[in-house]
Amino acid sequence: MDNAIKNIIGRDISLSTLFEENRQTIEDSSSKVLNNLREQALEAFLKLGIPSNKVENYKYTNLQPYFSGDFSFSLNAPDFTGRMEDIFSCDVETLDSFTIFIVNGWYYSNNGSALLPEGVRVGSLAALAKEDPSFVEKYYGKNAPWLSDGLVALNTMFARDGFYIHIPKGVVVEKPIQVVNILLSEEPLMTNQRNLIVLEENSEARVLVCDHTLSSDRFVVNNVTEGFVAPNARLDYYNLQNQHNATTQVAGLYVDQKENSYVKTNNLTLHTGVGRNNIVLKLLGKHAEGHAYGLYLLDKNQHVDNFSFIDHAVPECFSDELFKGVLDDHATAAFTGKIMVRPDAQKTNAYQTNNNLLLTRDAKINSRPQLEIYADDVKCSHGATVGQLDEEAMFYLRSRGINKDEATILLMYAFAYEVIEKIKMDPLREQIRSLVEKRFRGELDKCHSCVVCGQKGTGNTSCL
Amino acid sequence: MLSIKNLHAKIDDKEILRGVDLKVKPGEIHAIMGPNGSGKSTLASVLAGHEMFEVSEGEVLFNGKDILEMAPEDRAREGLFLSFQYPVEIPGVSMVNFLRTSLNEIRKYKGQEPISASDFLKLMREKKKLVDIDSKLTHRSVNEGFSGGEKKKNEIFQMVMLDPKLAILDETDSGLDIDALRIVANGVNNWKRPDNATILITHYQRLLEYIVPDYVHVLYRGRIVKTGGKELAQELEAKGYDWIKKEFEEQV
Repeated sequence: MDNAIKNIIGRDISLSTLFEENRQTIEDSSSKVLNNLREQALEAFLKLGIPSNKVENYKYTNLQPYFSGDFSFSLNAPDFTGRMEDIFSCDVETLDSFTIFIVNGWYYSNNGSALLPEGVRVGSLAALAKEDPSFVEKYYGKNAPWLSDGLVALNTMFARDGFYIHIPKGVVVEKPIQVVNILLSEEPLMTNQRNLIVLEENSEARVLVCDHTLSSDRFVVNNVTEGFVAPNARLDYYNLQNQHNATTQVAGLYVDQKENSYVKTNNLTLHTGVGRNNIVLKLLGKHAEGHAYGLYLLDKNQHVDNFSFIDHAVPECFSDELFKGVLDDHATAAFTGKIMVRPDAQKTNAYQTNNNLLLTRDAKINSRPQLEIYADDVKCSHGATVGQLDEEAMFYLRSRGINKDEATILLMYAFAYEVIEKIKMDPLREQIRSLVEKRFRGELDKCHSCVVCGQKGTGNTSCL
Repeated sequence: MLSIKNLHAKIDDKEILRGVDLKVKPGEIHAIMGPNGSGKSTLASVLAGHEMFEVSEGEVLFNGKDILEMAPEDRAREGLFLSFQYPVEIPGVSMVNFLRTSLNEIRKYKGQEPISASDFLKLMREKKKLVDIDSKLTHRSVNEGFSGGEKKKNEIFQMVMLDPKLAILDETDSGLDIDALRIVANGVNNWKRPDNATILITHYQRLLEYIVPDYVHVLYRGRIVKTGGKELAQELEAKGYDWIKKEFEEQV
């Protein structure tokens, strides 16, 4: 990686100092619209820093140790220009989609321009910021909390590229838009990818973001995605996370929803090291509907923290949340479901469920509903459960000749099914169904190197 | 086929079975009756291998093999089937997936190839007729949202699909209306062959009007205290269980 800032390796240097040392280089090759926020982001970051578990919203995940230590920093687009199919094959291969690749946070230069409906734009945020700065300015930094969340501030300091999706008024994109995030590096790497999704009135899109690691080095990923969904528009958003154990990923999704809009997010964590998903849906127009779903399947020492915040800012909106987790070995997880019903938001309907299956005594979950209700005519419910496999169901299956391991897989799968069922793209649902089953069977191949076993291997078949 | 000798079993140190003896030969139908709490369902669970119960004494041979040390799945693969008194709902596991997995596990144990998808569907269609089970039900998750009668019919459907050597029907008649009872009874009667056997566990004589047993046993306080022919069931229906209890107390 020729253009990486390497001097962070072997130096005790803070991220803010690193930024200041390289600020000139970053700003020179970036657009004004992105540069405009860097100074304030730096000031905010100096105050906030990387959140420790003393920050209320990050109580169950102290990210500080994961954001320190040696790693390089990619300052310009990686020079990888080879054929993507040579290094990567997608598990969701039967999915008929428009696919783009992002490598280490940078829009891959050889992405094709497949036929999209007229007016639909999908591409590099850095390029868009140069070509159409007024469009970017309208949205950039407008809903992600870059002045109050240290990680979003950090992202805004360093942000250079990522993807953007722009669906104009009235356009329905039938084919899913698939974004494949690839991490590929010969040394530890930190990325700060910034994405933008804009759906204009009456438009509709389905976006599938797949996160993969293709090399075994340590990665620290700090992604921010801002979404703007106009009146009557519909966004179906899936994030499939399949990364190795040495990955730390913070994925922030911040969506503003106008009246009668519909947003569904689905965070499917099949494998990771330490994961934190921030899912924020702001319901800003009447009859907006927000659905946040998630499934996390963890073992070994994996940790996933799903933090959702549904903000009912106006009356007559609807929200529904369902997060389910299966935790094996020493895995730990956290769920926070923050729901805010603002004083005028009468006739709010907000539902939230978090169910967890713990397969061992060592697995641990912290589940925390946080409902703040300032209106009086509302329907809100929340429920959290932690349980083990149903022994009666286990005996029933075994009494039919099914062995204990197979019965365990069937029951874990049955538990996860409720979330998988929410996937409305048929081929995707079938693929996820089979990925989840493979995951439970321990057959899931994350990438070219086997990362399922959680052990360090040797030579070409290295495992992490 | 089945030989139970001096079987003792307990749960949480409470002894429920206190020396059960029973022999079942191929082609026979046995009914085990008895008042509530006498240990009927415990006997069924112990035979199927429920880990909640601890066998403290005795021997159970099934086709000459000691099954007490076997896992529940191996007992099933050997040809033992339990129709549950309370079939378990398993949302998310489809009936089709469940039955095919089950059938293939049993075939694998016998050294047979897995059944092909088309043969499996053919088998399902054929067996569904036997128990008059709605196709909609077999497309759902296992027992999920089934009525009481549908659950019991589904047990018998599984029985005819898996075609065991010995079927133990634990209170399969409870909660059934007369039509469902007839269907269940027909399923069992049609399945009966000289090489298989059935144990009916029931509280009432009603089921025995439709499935005629060769032997009727009365289980009381964890022991078989009386054995007779089908007329014993009628006598119990007419006189209740008190005279059995009295007889038993006198013996003791």
